[in-house]
Amino acid sequence: MASITLKNLVKKYDDGFPAVNDISIDIADGEFVILVGPSGCGKSTLLRMIVGLEDITSGDLYIDDKRVNDMAPRDRHLAMVFQNYALYPHLTVFENIAFPLRLAKGKFSEDDVQERVRAAALTLELTDHLDRKPGNLSGGQRQRVAMGRAIVRQADAFLFDEPLSNLDAKLRGQMRAEISQMQRRLATTSVYVTHDQTEAMTLGDRVAVLKKGELQQIASPRELYEQPVNIFVAGFIGSPSMNFLPATAEGNILKTPIGDFEVPAETAATAAGKEIVLLGIRPEYFEDASLVEESKLVHGNAFSAELTHTEWLGNEQYGYIDFDPSPEVKDMLDSLARDLDADELRPQVVVTLDAASRIRGGRVCELWLDTRRLHIFDPATGENLTRDADAGAALTEEANQERAEEIERATREAAEAG
Amino acid sequence: MKKTTTKTRLIWAGITVVVAVYALFPVFSILATSFKEPSDLSNGKLLPTNWSGVNYEQILVGDAQGLFLTSLRNSIGITLISTAIAVVLATLCAYAIARLDFPGKKLVLTTALAVSIFPVISIVTPLFNVWRTIGLYDTWLGLIIPYLSLTLPISIWTLAAFFRQIPWELEQAAQVDGATAWQAFRKAIVPLAAPGVFTTAIIAFFIAWNDFVYGISLTSTEAARPVPAALAFFTGASQFESPTGAISAAAIIVTIPVVLLVLGFQRQIVSGLTQGAVKG
Repeated sequence: MASITLKNLVKKYDDGFPAVNDISIDIADGEFVILVGPSGCGKSTLLRMIVGLEDITSGDLYIDDKRVNDMAPRDRHLAMVFQNYALYPHLTVFENIAFPLRLAKGKFSEDDVQERVRAAALTLELTDHLDRKPGNLSGGQRQRVAMGRAIVRQADAFLFDEPLSNLDAKLRGQMRAEISQMQRRLATTSVYVTHDQTEAMTLGDRVAVLKKGELQQIASPRELYEQPVNIFVAGFIGSPSMNFLPATAEGNILKTPIGDFEVPAETAATAAGKEIVLLGIRPEYFEDASLVEESKLVHGNAFSAELTHTEWLGNEQYGYIDFDPSPEVKDMLDSLARDLDADELRPQVVVTLDAASRIRGGRVCELWLDTRRLHIFDPATGENLTRDADAGAALTEEANQERAEEIERATREAAEAG
Repeated sequence: MKKTTTKTRLIWAGITVVVAVYALFPVFSILATSFKEPSDLSNGKLLPTNWSGVNYEQILVGDAQGLFLTSLRNSIGITLISTAIAVVLATLCAYAIARLDFPGKKLVLTTALAVSIFPVISIVTPLFNVWRTIGLYDTWLGLIIPYLSLTLPISIWTLAAFFRQIPWELEQAAQVDGATAWQAFRKAIVPLAAPGVFTTAIIAFFIAWNDFVYGISLTSTEAARPVPAALAFFTGASQFESPTGAISAAAIIVTIPVVLLVLGFQRQIVSGLTQGAVKG
């Protein structure tokens, strides 16, 4: 059990390229923190700096108030699960899990080792496979062996480096749930690197979004989703991702390529004085106008649009509206797309519609937009002009309390069961 | 369908038999010759009339004993030493090539390749002169050094290729698990590298063991002459008798360690050549 404190951490390579640039994060004891970002954002490097496999160029790293910058990995008492598991192919599953215990010479008797490995194997359902070699196991089983090696020696913290990226989708979901429950049960501080935002949103107490080695925002998943600090975080979190539309403000009216929207006065005020702003609209802020309740209609604007096509998914459907951006807006969207690791952002708006909606592509139809929840971004800096910092902090505080409760419940259940 | 498989199987069996006979017949011929009595040597038949051990007697306890046993001792000593040196040097070199990024990495590999394709016969004469001048002629060291030039390049290439496919993440994983750098190397990397090193050692051993050109050119007495060269110095019981029988017997004896090595370590060789790491 330990807290981890990152203070202005910098990692510069020999050519002067900063892979990690001035990152400060406080990770509380028992917290599950996710590092997420597009490839090349430095998230894995940061994790490897914490565990000690990469040198720290400048800044301080504390584990439980002890500065560990110059400590060897083995003295940091952290356990790590590698992306391709890093199992020892010449050892059996049992010996793989027992490996860290055997290294701590004299600390564990043979009986201790047996007991601990069998306990870990039981939790991870590996008991039947203890005598097999890793080469003969399936991907999911290898993954569990790697986890077993991490939990068996009760390390101060767990570090995960994209542990699920080699599994198929179904197994990934299952392992995600197992990791989450295990973390709550053991209440061990965890840092988890991923590029998959589903993992980030579902697992993390707090999620740190990184871009090109710099920390953009660290907050609970809900705060990231509802109160992103800038256009990068807004575009990165959420699937399908947020739509960005160029808009010009005239009083309380925002003129956009797909229609004019009347927005609340305080929202409009943030856009005042700017020639052009970027409107951030999540797909679910839209709805089929004919399905919106009477009482809700006043909170938004109805408008007509022509969908190019729709995709019906059973629980909901997606509709697509094309629009023509001006060249400078297109440049802006393209550069954002590059930052987000996508090839290009198509000038297209995605709307989420109720599954019951009869709207189909190729016909002009009536849509409704909830204007209360719009975000407005400064096109020059990418800053979110409508962000409510207090509301965001409240959301993260809520998540912290939930974590405390969940850990308490998990320990109580474990105590009752054991 | 079944007919075709039987047919293919027959064809394959046929090819196998042809290849096996082609490869093994000379060996069998020598084996048979080694059991012939001197008077029987030119009987024009494959098999000896009487199976006799007289040739083996001659080289192991008889007249040719001095010649054969000392050369055998030379062969074993020189080959083992040059194999050991080649494996140690090649391991260090290949480790650096596989793990580190340094200028001249390509140069090392290209040089190794260039050395190994250089025809041996063209350097023997200058080497003979140099060795004679500096006093390495007809010594163990005088053979070990040229043997290294034969075994090192291939050892470096084999080991570098082998080391490249070892997942070095294992070393890091071991360090995180609480190992020192040395423990990580010994417990995670050495067990994986061992089959490759083993295979390389066997290949290097064969190369040095089978060499003839250096052996005959750089030695003049029993001080350093290895078996393949010594075979040429066997004489018959009288000047009218050819030493074919004794040579055959000696040839069979020097083949035995090679055959034993291959049969005994077949598994390691194959696994060394084919073992990949656990991939995700």
